[in-house]
Amino acid sequence: MKTIYLDSAATTMVDSKVVRVMEPYLTEKYGNASSLHHKGQEAKMALDESREIIAKSIGARFDEIIFTSGGTEANNLALKGSAFIAGKGHVIVTKIEHDCVLNTAKFLEAHGFDVDYINVDEKGYVDLKELENKIRKETIIVSVIHGNNETGTVQDLEAIGKICKKNNILFHTDACQSYTKIPLNVNKMNLDLVTLNAHKIHGPKGVGALYVRKGTKLAYLAHGGGQEFGIRSGTENISGIVGFSMAVKLAKSKHVKYMNKLKNKLIDGVLKIPNVKLNGGGLPNIANFSFKYIEGEAIGAYLDVKGICTSTGSACSSTKVEASHVLKAMGLTDEEAHGSLRVSLSRFNTEEEIDYFLEVLPSIVEKLRKISGGKK
Amino acid sequence: MYNKKVLNYFKNPKHAGSLKNPDGVGEVINKTCGDSMRVYIKVKGEKIEKVRIETLGCVAAIASSEALAEIAEGKKLKDALKISKLDIVKKLGGMTPGKVHCSVLAQQGLKKAIKDFKSG
Repeated sequence: MKTIYLDSAATTMVDSKVVRVMEPYLTEKYGNASSLHHKGQEAKMALDESREIIAKSIGARFDEIIFTSGGTEANNLALKGSAFIAGKGHVIVTKIEHDCVLNTAKFLEAHGFDVDYINVDEKGYVDLKELENKIRKETIIVSVIHGNNETGTVQDLEAIGKICKKNNILFHTDACQSYTKIPLNVNKMNLDLVTLNAHKIHGPKGVGALYVRKGTKLAYLAHGGGQEFGIRSGTENISGIVGFSMAVKLAKSKHVKYMNKLKNKLIDGVLKIPNVKLNGGGLPNIANFSFKYIEGEAIGAYLDVKGICTSTGSACSSTKVEASHVLKAMGLTDEEAHGSLRVSLSRFNTEEEIDYFLEVLPSIVEKLRKISGGKK
Repeated sequence: MYNKKVLNYFKNPKHAGSLKNPDGVGEVINKTCGDSMRVYIKVKGEKIEKVRIETLGCVAAIASSEALAEIAEGKKLKDALKISKLDIVKKLGGMTPGKVHCSVLAQQGLKKAIKDFKSG
């Protein structure tokens, strides 16, 4: 059975060109970038080149990029780091953040920080008025996800950046989903901290980065040998970092156009099925639908039987029982949230794959609606 | 995350649907996970002759309904009341702990349907 991978918001296929540049750093170029001998310097050079590429891609300086083990660590470092260095105070996040931001915020609450969770409208846009109203003199940081991982909604970072600058508060964004797909410039958007990662952009898992604006003080999570300008100790994952920078180099604006085209075809096709609605939207590669009278997990399971990988923000996904916090924040009913299916694309998907998906989906929906008895 | 038996029950639910003029109907909803079931039974003498179930739910819920229907059909009413979530889980060849509540729902649905029959 052929695999049709429509779950690139979960993770992407590693580009073979990325694998090729990584390989030498897993074999003959095994040096430690902190070593002064030629083997170490070979690794150091690759590390520096990669850092330069990633810095340039977001308008940052070389020494403002801190490599991490991925998006989760970078988000933890941004929030815990800025909160703990302040000692006490107030943190603002939104209700539609990824779990690694939300659970970090809850952790900070448990450690005496005040946290506000900002609402979003029915399309998933952050309420900027509420955000501005919640700012107080103790506010340390505002953290807003750029492109949402479930619905693809893209926030207006420039507007939020202005609010933060005016109030002299740190501004962090989790850009894991939007990176290389939506323009990101740390100066234009007044960003102080930005989370990036590799595996959502056809790079390897286990590597990401935090942009830290020069002068931004953070408490560290990992103490040790002082790597990454002292902010994040630990021997650098050179092969991963080299793969990460290659993934950034390979991402082109024509891919964004291409994904948008596929996505629009997909949305047009899916919305032909009765009683389906689109949730949010904005990123070129994510479409989230709610199907009435059935659950997303069951649709996903039937699609899987046909070789198609998708994902659900619904209940009963993996170990969670409750409906997606993102969809609920957008005002969806439990039923709508449980009936949701996320289809996410990459530049490696083809029109034929979308055609096949649109060919099998209606009968799956029909079958499940028969099982459920449909509308009562 | 599901075993083959569960997936097979999910893919081919022979007892999915409703019954015309049922002798008992039991409807149950799990508010947290959003699953709901409607169990229809046809009773002949002491025995449950036919079971049909409409399930709005995940893979585990649809499979649990099907397993329950298989177990319950042909059983005496008093024995059908004794069907436990473990009987369903066993029929399914095991179930991830986080999904056992789906089997509980099916069992409760049948109980309600039998109660409905007795009261009506």
